[in-house]
Amino acid sequence: MARFEYAPAPESRAIVSLRESYGLFIGGEFVSTIDGRTFKTISPATEEVLAEVTEAGPADVDRAVAAARQAYELTWSGLPPKERGKYLYRIARIVQERSRELAVLESLDNGKPIRESRDVDIPLVAAHFFYHAGWADKLEYAGYGPAPRPLGVAGQVIPWNFPLLMLAWKIAPALACGNTVVLKPAETTPLTALTFAEICQQADLPPGVVNIVTGAGEAGRALVEHPDVDKVAFTGSTEVGKQIARACATGPRKKVTLELGGKAANIVFEDAPVDQAVEGIVNGIFFNQGHVCCAGSRLLVQESVYQEVLASLQRRLATLRLGDPLDKNTDVGAINSAVQLAKIRELSDVGEAEGAQRWSPPCELPVKGFWFPPTVFTGVSQAHRIAREEIFGPVLSVLTFRTPGEAVEKANNTPYGLSAGVWTDKGSRILWMASRLRAGVVWANTFNKFDPTSPFGGYKESGYGREGGRQGLEAYLDV
Amino acid sequence: MSALADTQPLSGTSLRGFLHGLPGVDQVGAEARAAMLASRSIKTTAKAWALDTAISMIDLTTLEGQDTPGKVRALCAKAKRPDPADPTAPQVAAVCVYPDLAHVAAAELAGSGIHVASVATAFPSGRTSVDVKLADARFAIAAGADEVDMVIDRGAFLAGDYQLVFDEIAAVREVVADSAALSGSAGRARLKVILETGELVTLDNVRRASWLAMLAGADFIKTSTGKVTPAATLPVTLVMLEAARDFRESHGRQVGVKPAGGIRTAKDAIRYLVLVNETAGEDWLDPRWFRLGASSLLNDLLMQRTKLATGRYSGPDYFTLD
Repeated sequence: MARFEYAPAPESRAIVSLRESYGLFIGGEFVSTIDGRTFKTISPATEEVLAEVTEAGPADVDRAVAAARQAYELTWSGLPPKERGKYLYRIARIVQERSRELAVLESLDNGKPIRESRDVDIPLVAAHFFYHAGWADKLEYAGYGPAPRPLGVAGQVIPWNFPLLMLAWKIAPALACGNTVVLKPAETTPLTALTFAEICQQADLPPGVVNIVTGAGEAGRALVEHPDVDKVAFTGSTEVGKQIARACATGPRKKVTLELGGKAANIVFEDAPVDQAVEGIVNGIFFNQGHVCCAGSRLLVQESVYQEVLASLQRRLATLRLGDPLDKNTDVGAINSAVQLAKIRELSDVGEAEGAQRWSPPCELPVKGFWFPPTVFTGVSQAHRIAREEIFGPVLSVLTFRTPGEAVEKANNTPYGLSAGVWTDKGSRILWMASRLRAGVVWANTFNKFDPTSPFGGYKESGYGREGGRQGLEAYLDV
Repeated sequence: MSALADTQPLSGTSLRGFLHGLPGVDQVGAEARAAMLASRSIKTTAKAWALDTAISMIDLTTLEGQDTPGKVRALCAKAKRPDPADPTAPQVAAVCVYPDLAHVAAAELAGSGIHVASVATAFPSGRTSVDVKLADARFAIAAGADEVDMVIDRGAFLAGDYQLVFDEIAAVREVVADSAALSGSAGRARLKVILETGELVTLDNVRRASWLAMLAGADFIKTSTGKVTPAATLPVTLVMLEAARDFRESHGRQVGVKPAGGIRTAKDAIRYLVLVNETAGEDWLDPRWFRLGASSLLNDLLMQRTKLATGRYSGPDYFTLD
């Protein structure tokens, strides 16, 4: 037994009051479905049913888009920009006030550790609303002409990995620019979006400006293909992103932004600050159980420090604490769904079958729920599927390189291009690498750092368009 | 001699080359890691264990111009029985005083198992001749100190004269090695080397100074004198713990770590224990390998200890002053 055993320190669930069932949030109120069904959302850590949620049908989506259109025509587009800003500030403040509740709910529904939902997700949600609130009445200075116009109704489909944060990335800029929104959260993580609907009510946001329709792929398809949607924003898999691009290309003219998958290289040079690089590797791939599109899932280590870095990494991984997402000391939580767990298992088995060496620290997995231990594959080559395909789980593939040129070649040798990390004490090398890496974000001596002022988005099959920063406004303006 | 054997290959330019060849420390990353570990939530049984362990790791310190034999005797009484109302409260690890009062502490603590630590080598600035520094250390040991807390020559370190710093530490190490002969006690005294990280400023310097001290024969590396701000911080201690961990890996010898100065609350102390646990590992979670240089910290630990046991806070007047 360990000398210093941390006693359980669970965050209380009492702050969250869930309804038994939720309707759809359309026109400022929760309404029953017209042609949909219901489904249950569960906690991935315990498989406990949390609430019953509506699976919207096409008529529901139609109704939501109509409500958004009406709000756009009648209220939102006519509002003085500074009034839009006030609503966004108000939402940001309510998010802060209810941050503990939102963090607990996010961890319950998603399975991510409370430390991350409390210290990363929710503070960033508030930051996105604050940041975009500031833009609302300053759009003429954003570089898109003297009076940039909104697009109209935005149809937004978001993933389950950062449920409320992805909502904020979508809704905050859309509203700041004067659009109205129909948003579909992921089917496994609808609860914080539904609580956000309550926040919109609390903020007295005019009815129809934000509409939330829950459901799965069918509802998402109905939304993005809806003829009265002017703008489609999607974050999720490359496969679905391609379907959306196809659908929107043949339909009426729609502005589309896609933020899709990634297989980021985290590149460690021999002069890197090793202890911090190891932290960066851990944060790059085990943050949020690796359910991060920009995760540093390919570690590229210079051969001259390979043994040292690997030994440090393995020693560090032995201290990771996996378990109850609501325990304040948990580092690695639950895999979001049985489907995702099966995918991670499948690709990991493929990694082994293809000849890579699999390693995990000693780590006890809970019996109930969906769990996967932090896993490191060594002896991986560019040809292995685990070096090419997005696993979207806590699985790291370790490769080596000899020269900076080789590092760039290997890093870019992927159909994706969302992010990359460079670890070196040499400033000139950081700049040299950053100008050659084909990735939307290049982190230097850090990883998985996000800020609303910084544009985020991909190259190649990681999508197009940017979110955040001045650049992110373009996606919601008619320019 | 045998203890110094692992330090042999390095001297002059190779020492410089070695220290500058150590991996750099990214300050932003180190601070982020320390801050993350500071957010660990230590409750109930873990807290009870941590409070008692922290008490047992304290070097209870008084280093004032106004110190008197009476003050030191009072401190020693507190060291032996920190909480008069609760005999289950553990003893502290050591009492730390100036050399001229070491004999008072030695007499008071005889047979208690509590160590007598004395600062030496022209503490706190270290600005005097080597002869005086060595005499200072000899005097402390002869007076009964079995732990010597020396300061390094920060000026020489910052000027890049690593060899001079190394030689001074090694010379004090020789004095300490002879301590049995000086004091007539069994076993040699242990040497703590104070880096005064508040004057070294960068974390790269902290890492280099840590390695330099360990290579020169330190039994402990210690952050600060307590006379310079900032004194001990979590990021500095993190880097020192990493150095001690890596040094044992490469040289096979375990070196202790002692943050000192500015640690005042039980919450702070527990954060340091978490840092030890998740950086150097549990081998260091022992008074032999980790100390907290402090004075007012003890009463807060005792107060939290009582709170945990009884569920109530009692006022500061229920805990003794010294």
